[in-house]
Amino acid sequence: MTLWWIGDIVLLVVVVPIVVYLLRGVLSAAESIVPTVDEIASVARAGSQDLDAAPLLLTTRDQVEQTVAGVANYGGSLDVILDDAEEEGE
Amino acid sequence: MLVVGLVAPAVVLIATVVLIVLALVYYLVSTIVALRRVAAGLDQVIDGVGEIVAKSAPVNEIVVAINQQLDAGVDLLEGLLVQKAGLSDAVGLIDGVYPGAAAAGLRNFPDSTEVEPPRIGEVYTKGTLTLARLGREAPVAAASPAGGEVLRNVEGGSLAARQLYPSVRHTSPEKLPRSPVIGTDAPVQYEERDDVGAPRKRLPAGGP
Repeated sequence: MTLWWIGDIVLLVVVVPIVVYLLRGVLSAAESIVPTVDEIASVARAGSQDLDAAPLLLTTRDQVEQTVAGVANYGGSLDVILDDAEEEGE
Repeated sequence: MLVVGLVAPAVVLIATVVLIVLALVYYLVSTIVALRRVAAGLDQVIDGVGEIVAKSAPVNEIVVAINQQLDAGVDLLEGLLVQKAGLSDAVGLIDGVYPGAAAAGLRNFPDSTEVEPPRIGEVYTKGTLTLARLGREAPVAAASPAGGEVLRNVEGGSLAARQLYPSVRHTSPEKLPRSPVIGTDAPVQYEERDDVGAPRKRLPAGGP
């Protein structure tokens, strides 16, 4: 009978607080993840919006191609109308 | 009395077990709810990251193409400059337009880093150097090694040049003076002077 009481007391005083402590730790850890995940989601959305201008790179590429083509034509004309530099030592 | 003595610890035991079970239910259910919110947030993260991946997929290819075009342009201009001006003058010209840039040298001419840039003002005329410096007036020159502000205002450059002249057309007046009308139908007729074409007057003889 005495041992039974001792077992009950141990269960109430030791086991129950330990169980509650561990479960609260798990719950607090799980809840602390939620705001972090929400922030990551907002950052991912913002990053996706930042890339909305990425298709403009196609325009940039076309402009660069046209510019380089113009420079090449200009250089070709200059190559014709300007004499080459004299070789050093001549 | 004995029965009561036996039942009391059992009741306490059962109550304790029920208490533990209730605590388990409460905290585990709360944990499940929190983990479901985490899962929902991660779904949003995955959607956002998926969009990022999809949007950035062609970027590398396009940037590589742009770099290839720009590399070709640089090769062309460097080659043309060295071919026409010679390596030494080319380095001097670059250093004259962008002071200090000669230290970096030309990309396709490794020997250019060893060339001491000549003072280009002593080699070329002022007009040639002015033409070369026109490049610094481009907006892209704002990032030139020479630093400083862009010399030419692209949007207002034309107006600034027109304001050098006395014309008022650049002020966009509502009404400009009409051009004069000439001819037989002109509202103002200018009669020919009588003395035009007539014999010149002769001074009286014996005068002073």
